[in-house]
Amino acid sequence: MSGFIKSSIARKVVMALSGLFLVVFLTQHFVINITSVIDPETFNSWSHFMGYNPLVQYLLQPILIAGVIIHFVMGFALEIQNKKARNVGYAKFKGSANATWVSRNMIYSGLVVLAFLALHFYDFWVPEMVYKYVEVNPEMPTRYHEETVHKFEPFWRTILYVVSFVLLSLHLWHGFSSSFQSMGVNNKYSEGIKTFTKIFSVAIPLGFVFIALFHHLNPLTH
Amino acid sequence: MKLYLKIWRQKNADSKGSMVDYTLDGVESDMSFLEMLDILNEELISKGEEPVEFDHDCREGICGTCSLMINGQPHGPDSRITVCQLHMRSFNDGDEIVIEPWRATAFPVIKDLIVDRTAFDRIQQAGGYISVNTSGRPVDANAIPIEKEMADKSFNAATCIGCGACVAACKNASAMLFTSAKVSQFALLPQGQVEAAERVQNMVRQMDLEGFGNCTNTGACEVECPKGISLENIARMNREYLSASVKG
Repeated sequence: MSGFIKSSIARKVVMALSGLFLVVFLTQHFVINITSVIDPETFNSWSHFMGYNPLVQYLLQPILIAGVIIHFVMGFALEIQNKKARNVGYAKFKGSANATWVSRNMIYSGLVVLAFLALHFYDFWVPEMVYKYVEVNPEMPTRYHEETVHKFEPFWRTILYVVSFVLLSLHLWHGFSSSFQSMGVNNKYSEGIKTFTKIFSVAIPLGFVFIALFHHLNPLTH
Repeated sequence: MKLYLKIWRQKNADSKGSMVDYTLDGVESDMSFLEMLDILNEELISKGEEPVEFDHDCREGICGTCSLMINGQPHGPDSRITVCQLHMRSFNDGDEIVIEPWRATAFPVIKDLIVDRTAFDRIQQAGGYISVNTSGRPVDANAIPIEKEMADKSFNAATCIGCGACVAACKNASAMLFTSAKVSQFALLPQGQVEAAERVQNMVRQMDLEGFGNCTNTGACEVECPKGISLENIARMNREYLSASVKG
């Protein structure tokens, strides 16, 4: 079993599974966030549920954090191993002749997404933890929409979010369908998976860009 | 045509190599790339210099020994060929051509453009075979019916000549296309089922031990493979490996 865990294929499967898990989370996150544009009351209600439901807080949230950590730690470990596999580089290497820029630079798009996650945690998750567990404030189910819109008032933060979503899109463009190949799926459904990957990797980040720009351009007046 | 060559020169496995510039005149467009190197070597020998060492054998695209990185691409700019099948008409007068050996920790340079590819042999030896009875009563090959689709896929996988272009092209120096082709050619046939689980586990273990990188599905190997081995084989190997590991 230890041989299996250390094998290159098992590590790739871990990357694939954790990546797909994060894709599911991303979709759920988008569905909740888009309500902040459509209907603030629904957004408040769903956000409050996510913030106080014990199952979400004490089971799903730790699993999510573990998923993020596993994905990027394994990503770095594999990258280090891959660098070691070519101890002397080429004087001339025409990578663009046989592979897309996106597929060759997953580590960089991943690093930007990781940096974004740090900012995103600092913006939303840390204040939420402080509010609930440090200051032990009472539940206030109507605060979420206002807090979210306020965050997008500064231009710099909105731009950082937009740039990060573009890099997230690039990361998904290769990563989503690639995860199926890693798990051994390459059959008659693969073209469909690739088409869905392209649609998903553009639509979801674009949706997040829209939400960020919408709140930046429509600040609260009070 | 006149060419400006930049060629990796390395005295032996222990020495440090470097790129050396050569100017070669009188190259004809119908020469093969290896013939162009032959002419360069004749010039070097006539001047009393050490010729450039490079691997070659069949010169008809089946032995896979002519492993050269040419202008940043394995086997040069044309697709589905080996270096011996590359002709000078693919270049223009005055071109600069950078010629390097495969670069991978598992393929150490022996001299100049020659690398040690015995890592592939060891992967093959770890499980790339089937056990058959070799008595004096051979069984007819057609005794076991095999679906046409499976036979074709197996044959396609078996066309891998082990040249190493997949490793050379991969940004991670991964050998998964080679290993998966060797796993697939047997996994697709009934004769390969007996040792299927053991085969894939042993070959993947050896591949990892040799120090090749991990596959990140860029697809560069498939594009540069002179025999067009498909990424489908890597997916099949992954399935075989996961299935074998789950079954224990």
